[in-house]
Amino acid sequence: MLKVTNYLTKTYGQKDGWTLAAYERDLEGYKTARQVLTSMTKEQVVDEAKKANIRGRGGAGFPMGVKWSFMRPHPTKPAYLVINADEGEPGTHKDRTIMELNPHSVVEGCIIGCYGIGAHVAYIYVRDELHLSKERLWAAIKEARAKGYLGRTPFGKDYPVEVHVHTGAGAYICGEETSLLNSLEGRRGEPRLKPPFPAQAGAFGCPTTVNNLETIAAVPTAFRLGCEEFSKLSTLHDIKDGGVRLFGVNGHVNKPGVHELCVGVTMRELIYDLGGGVLGDRPLLAVIPGGSSTPILRADEKVSAPDEKNPLHKWHDMSVLDVPLGVDTFRGLGTMLGTCCITVMAEGTCPVASMHNLMQFYRHESCGQCTPCREGSAWLLRITEKILDGRGTMEELDQLHDVANSIMGNTICAFGEGTAMPALGFLKKFRKDFEAYVKGEKTKAKNGTLAMGSEFATRMEGH
Amino acid sequence: MAFALTEDRDKQLADILTRYPTKMGACIPLLHLCQEQQGWISEEVVLWVSNRLDLPPAHVQGVVTFYTLFNQKPVGKHQVWVCRTLPCALRGGVELLQYCEKKLGVHAGETTADGAITLRSAECLASCGTAPMMQVDKDYHENLTPETVDRLLEALRK
Ligand SMILES: Cc1cc2nc3c(=O)[nH]c(=O)nc-3n(C[C@H](O)[C@H](O)[C@H](O)COP(=O)(O)O)c2cc1C
Ligand code: SF4
Ligand code: FES
Repeated sequence: MLKVTNYLTKTYGQKDGWTLAAYERDLEGYKTARQVLTSMTKEQVVDEAKKANIRGRGGAGFPMGVKWSFMRPHPTKPAYLVINADEGEPGTHKDRTIMELNPHSVVEGCIIGCYGIGAHVAYIYVRDELHLSKERLWAAIKEARAKGYLGRTPFGKDYPVEVHVHTGAGAYICGEETSLLNSLEGRRGEPRLKPPFPAQAGAFGCPTTVNNLETIAAVPTAFRLGCEEFSKLSTLHDIKDGGVRLFGVNGHVNKPGVHELCVGVTMRELIYDLGGGVLGDRPLLAVIPGGSSTPILRADEKVSAPDEKNPLHKWHDMSVLDVPLGVDTFRGLGTMLGTCCITVMAEGTCPVASMHNLMQFYRHESCGQCTPCREGSAWLLRITEKILDGRGTMEELDQLHDVANSIMGNTICAFGEGTAMPALGFLKKFRKDFEAYVKGEKTKAKNGTLAMGSEFATRMEGH
Repeated sequence: MAFALTEDRDKQLADILTRYPTKMGACIPLLHLCQEQQGWISEEVVLWVSNRLDLPPAHVQGVVTFYTLFNQKPVGKHQVWVCRTLPCALRGGVELLQYCEKKLGVHAGETTADGAITLRSAECLASCGTAPMMQVDKDYHENLTPETVDRLLEALRK
């Protein structure tokens, strides 16, 4: 169900919407943090947070309040809140809008979060390329500090809170939380073996909660409305997927963009009602639901959930386009909700060239620690390239499956699955296209289209 | 002359050091300051940083080689990054890169003969909803057309 809201985005279109003045004027800025710090205990904060059913917005969808409750005071070590604003998952373009257009929601979220988990310092880890985001966050921190919302006694409460922006230096893998922590500590951004989990030993060896930037930005709204009320804005409240969140739509649509909506919206609504339909009114081929690591869905797929106990039974036999975008609903479809920014592909897009493009990405970004990931991602790219170039064999096509399967479950971090799962998705859903390339029925020159409606593509034709 | 941070940047470093419980925490921010000052990270800079933060040079070198944005050799005056990843590619990102290569007469990864521009391909820059796009130094340029790209590249040459 399509329901537009503007709890976070109200400041987006406004002049100087990113300033404290706008935040206080339009969104009752910092009133919630003040109230939380001066009237609630930290235990109450965590209990309340659980009721919001905010599923982590970074991709895995873990419930935020539950994660907060893993934090136990340590006798000697401080605790940290770390905010993940590495936003590198291909197809994801939502966190950036919050940092640029409503950075104070992040700072206010950090104050409440720090208090709830028992931390006095929050680090916001922003990917280096996002210079405007960093600038706006620093400016917001400065404004909040000047007002006494941060510092030794925020809102007069004897509970010091500081927020710092930290920057990476270009590495997708630093979005993985343990890699991010290494990077924060000044090391190579290589993922760590778990356990220990960050709540036991995170930043600088201390108990740490890592939350995605949008996750933390949702906190002030949730507490302002009352966390249960916030959760109920979602049509998936019953299955503990609550509230409102940012939905992105990109690729072959007439109007790409980012929208704040109640959880429960469908891909059809995102594409046709908000995205202005498919470019050139073409039929829809497929959608990547939440960043390139989430397996692709074909537009002609139907939900198969004949069993009444299946949570997807309500949508049995309906198009996948009509299933509400939720963490568990999309897991049920054999893919993932991921970052909730959908990539739309029109009929005529080449699945083989698409997979090749993505395998270039994964080959480039593997940190190289685990052999199955390092070598596997190289193999996936090499074989896909051969097939795309018309030099592949059927044996090699089958080999792609073997390589992908041998990555799964054999690596330190989830990057391995994030590479293998989309590869297997393309192979399963578009087997015929891959075979057509092997048989010579299709070629890169004739069929390898990715760009549509692009002036650059027209200009470069024949070059 | 031996490498040293400018006075202003040295003050920034002092501030940076207050943010982390360890000196090592300042490693990446300090490398950014150094690169801002001299455009790339030379061996001399590595040694200077390791000295300044009491870290083994191998640690600092390891950090430098891990992250793509640390330049291990001198680069052009301006950096142009064109996003090539799938969501951008669906809107012409790959052809935009080819267009820039043709206009500048270099391949991705190379610097123009006059030293003005280093052209590079980038992986998703979190701007997929406004594709195709490119980053020029610190600024994003989105929803690009051949005309806007022509203007941008010409301005960099001036
Ligand atoms: C390879 C990889 C890349 C990731 N990139 C990001 C990212 O860019 N931003 C993000 O918030 N989470 C990213 N994550 C997820 C984080 O590890 C972590 O789950 C998340 O930051 C937790 O926050 P949340 O519970 O609020 O979603 C990534 C995970 C993996 C395995
Ligand atoms: S799975 Fe890949 S990215 Fe993750 S630690 Fe292993 S090599 Fe690095
Ligand atoms: S794919 Fe180019 S910005 Fe995301």
